[in-house]
Amino acid sequence: MAYKNFILVCGGTACESSHSEEIYRNLIKEAEALGVSRDVQVVKTGCFGFCEKGPIVKVLPSESFYVEVKPEDAHEIIAEQVVKGREVTRLLYRKDKKSDTAKLEDIEFYQKQFRIVLRNCGVINPESIDEYIARDGYKALEKALFEMAPEEIIAEVKASGLRGRGGAGFPTGLKWEAARKSPGDVKYIVCNADEGDPGAYMDRSTIEGDPHSILEAMVIAGRAVGANFGYIYIRAEYPLAIERLKIAIAQAKEYGLLGKDILGSGFDFDIEIRLGAGAFVCGEETALLQSIEGKRGMPRPKPPFPAVKGLWGKPTVINNVETLANIPVVLTRGAQWFAAIGTEKSKGTKVFALTGKINNSGLIEVPMGTTLREIIFDIGGGIKGGRKFKGVQTGGPSGGIIVEKDLDTPISYESLTALGSMMGSGGMIVMSEDDCVVDVSKFYMAFCVDESCGKCAPCRIGTKQMYGLLDKISKGQGEEADLDKLEQIGRAMTKASLCMLGGSAANPTLSTLRHFRAEYLEHIRDKKCRAGKCKDLVVYEIDPAKCIGCGLCARRCPVPCITGEKKKPHVIDGSKCIKCGECYTACKFGAVIKR
Amino acid sequence: MVAGDIEFSTELQAYIDEWCKKEGGLVMMLHRIQHEFGYIPRAAAEKLSRISGIPLAKIYGVITFYHFFKTTKPGKHRIAVCMGTACYLKGGQDLLEETRSILSIEPDEVTDDGLFSIDEVRCLGCCGLAPVMMIDDEVHGKLAKEQLPDIIAKYRAL
Repeated sequence: MAYKNFILVCGGTACESSHSEEIYRNLIKEAEALGVSRDVQVVKTGCFGFCEKGPIVKVLPSESFYVEVKPEDAHEIIAEQVVKGREVTRLLYRKDKKSDTAKLEDIEFYQKQFRIVLRNCGVINPESIDEYIARDGYKALEKALFEMAPEEIIAEVKASGLRGRGGAGFPTGLKWEAARKSPGDVKYIVCNADEGDPGAYMDRSTIEGDPHSILEAMVIAGRAVGANFGYIYIRAEYPLAIERLKIAIAQAKEYGLLGKDILGSGFDFDIEIRLGAGAFVCGEETALLQSIEGKRGMPRPKPPFPAVKGLWGKPTVINNVETLANIPVVLTRGAQWFAAIGTEKSKGTKVFALTGKINNSGLIEVPMGTTLREIIFDIGGGIKGGRKFKGVQTGGPSGGIIVEKDLDTPISYESLTALGSMMGSGGMIVMSEDDCVVDVSKFYMAFCVDESCGKCAPCRIGTKQMYGLLDKISKGQGEEADLDKLEQIGRAMTKASLCMLGGSAANPTLSTLRHFRAEYLEHIRDKKCRAGKCKDLVVYEIDPAKCIGCGLCARRCPVPCITGEKKKPHVIDGSKCIKCGECYTACKFGAVIKR
Repeated sequence: MVAGDIEFSTELQAYIDEWCKKEGGLVMMLHRIQHEFGYIPRAAAEKLSRISGIPLAKIYGVITFYHFFKTTKPGKHRIAVCMGTACYLKGGQDLLEETRSILSIEPDEVTDDGLFSIDEVRCLGCCGLAPVMMIDDEVHGKLAKEQLPDIIAKYRAL
């Protein structure tokens, strides 16, 4: 039976939370009601990436790209498109109200993207192994089992130039080789899906959209290294991803692609899911291993590296989700093909979660070497509300801010480190002139104070001290000497901490101090926060020339501290004001000024 | 009350029996206990210690290390306000403060009627919808604090 139409409904977390599940059910219901169930197949896929415009629905073969679809639109999609063969133009993507409708390949958001990791996201039903297989899934595994010796697999991965996508960028092939060469008959493969960077959801989307690619890669890694067991360590906060992994594991076992004697090759490999429990430090390799062992997730000194002494003292390879998702492609398309993408030392693509003050929030994948400007202004469509760009944070709480003058730098592990930031796992948070660097640094430092495991003094004490100083500055009580103290403590933490959490915790503060020292000084000398984010420094006043005396602000004020006669300019009593900003948002005449 | 005097469902008991035998199963067993009770009651930790032979101190060491595990009973409706970076930049803090002021409780506290509790969480992975909050299993995205009274009232009426 051939379907005339396929309707792909995004089943990523962001779209699901705006009712894509209901859209999916309604589409099926409508197709039945209108008697066209035989003509159309409705599929729930992984993330399309364009989260800003979700929920997203794509109809094939016409390639109609519908955005911001509502459950009640299902009727029209079926009645018009499936029954009558006409697109529902009002739902098609348009750049703005005046622009023409656009197909996916014409949308700026997708134009500079290149999908390897996300190749199947938004294309297949992640709960169907058959659809994965139809897209060349498990072909790489077949090759790895029957056509290649373990050493050849490792050589291929080495030649591809693939490096760890968790942030550190260690060459994957070398990691595998080290584990293969480590003596021992029991070895482990661990998939790190403990995506802790707040503001990043690359791994979540990859697993939700294409879980089999991770399983396939883990079996290949097992074969290369000589391991027969793998763990996927995933955040408990990702229920949908966990569910899809469970389904995928069961299907792979049923098809003989996982378990004993895989495809009759004599090679055994099994995978178990282990849940994280909300500790950022568990993204660190050695802490992660402790957590899988059921202990407090505290890192230990390296060496010995996990490839030599890992889980329960056995050689262990730990790879990030995104790294693994590249593996099947490296084997099927070949190292040469892969190595042709990207820059000299950073090969392939990188997935970023582009968020913050940007027009097109979403999940993107670009070749290494793409510039930040292309990402932010072409793919991301620029800054929200036409505001001015201030900086972009890569690497989350471990990274730094990158400013306007450096936006034309081609992205690579080395170039971002040289700019005082890092590749990180792929969080990319865009800030505008409305964001305050002191406030953001304080936010990241609070995060690190919370997440420091407390094992080593530089991190445990350093983060707390730096937070205290930033808090003081944000309240207008800072002194100029505090800036030197921040830098001094930050440098000490960077050098002396046991793991990268402490070793990089100072980065957001140090990098903003480098680029925006003047703003820190404004907070200290002038008691002024130009972005108006540091509440203690903000002063609200009413401009008597603009105030018409409607009294709305006075009614909204929870204190109350606004007085005035009807139809006459009102006044705010600064000594009582709690700076909640209610009056500022309430005023329709722009008479309330924030200084 | 005898230490560890608490009823486990047959499913939970079976799960614990299975994971007790596996190496490093403590975190997984704690997840399952929290799944059943909504938090980890002291009695359940004591019972787990008795069954598994893992010292109670070690169990508490693990519970208190991980943010996900709760030792106090949450409200009937759990409000998780996202404080990931994207949500923070877009006003997550305002949502948190508004929720606090509507319910007159702090994070990790429960309202007197037992209906609501607030959690400050790190990134729900819906950054495209920032700022977001999750009540029970439902995500509310692109929120403004003005919407909160209505949303909370909806759950109060449930």
